[in-house]
Amino acid sequence: MKRLLLWLPLIAFALLFVVVSSGLLKPNDHLVHSQMVGKQLPRFDLPAMVPGMPGIDTARFADGKPRLINVFASWCIPCMAESPQLMVLKQQGAEIDAVAVRDTPQNIAGFLRRFGNPYTRIGDDRQSAFQLALGSSGVPETYVIDGKGRIVEQHIGDVRAEDVPELLAALKKAAG
Amino acid sequence: MKAPPLSAVTPDSFRHSRSRASQRPLNLRNGGPRKKSEATGWVSWIAVPLLLAAPALADTPLPPARLADTQLPDPHQEAEAEALMQTLRCVVCQGQSIAQSDADMAGQMRAMVRERIARGEKPSAIRRWLIERYGDYVSYDPPLSAVTAPLWLAPLVLLGLGAWIARTSFRRRRRRRG
Repeated sequence: MKRLLLWLPLIAFALLFVVVSSGLLKPNDHLVHSQMVGKQLPRFDLPAMVPGMPGIDTARFADGKPRLINVFASWCIPCMAESPQLMVLKQQGAEIDAVAVRDTPQNIAGFLRRFGNPYTRIGDDRQSAFQLALGSSGVPETYVIDGKGRIVEQHIGDVRAEDVPELLAALKKAAG
Repeated sequence: MKAPPLSAVTPDSFRHSRSRASQRPLNLRNGGPRKKSEATGWVSWIAVPLLLAAPALADTPLPPARLADTQLPDPHQEAEAEALMQTLRCVVCQGQSIAQSDADMAGQMRAMVRERIARGEKPSAIRRWLIERYGDYVSYDPPLSAVTAPLWLAPLVLLGLGAWIARTSFRRRRRRRG
């Protein structure tokens, strides 16, 4: 018993060392990840946000073509920052549908005029209902959807230049 | 990327204070129409930072949903909704429940909770719906799982440990006395 007690401080130190060093190696992740990744898209039907561009609904995502869903808003600064990368994605052949969260048609039209339009469709999610159903915790977020309407991947925050190849690879993989 | 002029994407309600704020400092720098009296000098020293502190461009121009801050007419349902909101985490502000948070998204979540309660849904079903989407993290009432098991079992283990220590020390004392 005495002998064990003698080693106890060293064991306690070793435990503490493991805890601290594991925290250093793998910093805390404060992002709220959607639990919907790997599951089917929730049923939804969002009306068009701006004239001339249709809205989006569930049926669209069962036609065999993988797509991105970009959850964005004109009042969100990182959304402005990621717009050049979305344009690059579009040029590389990605099809991007958008969900405009808590926004007005005028503001979205202004946003598209200013930053370009990488989207094929924009759905109006005025009350964040679809955002909540997706398990999205903010704007911007980008989801990779496979051809059968399954959510394959979630990208939280703005899409940076280094994320573009990753998203393209995820789309390619989703196409099978 | 060039920085966009803020006013172009700023909702109308913010635009006025913004543009005024951006003109004031220019006047000061040019020594423009400033030195009228000591009093107005002081006022501008206070007013300029205040105007600069106009709402940041990072929030929706839309008003919150009706039920975000309006109680349900039925007090029983409202109490049910309130109790649930106290135990749901705001996913934007993370340290607060949606009942406490001023974040727009928390307001939308409160509205959703009230709507569903008014429709007759059970609080447990709403909690389950949110956990399905955001994980256990969204609930302040963690369910028993492999990850949360230590949280629930630790008090029992500690209680057992305490009983064991008490027993051995009582025994030792009795032995010494006897």
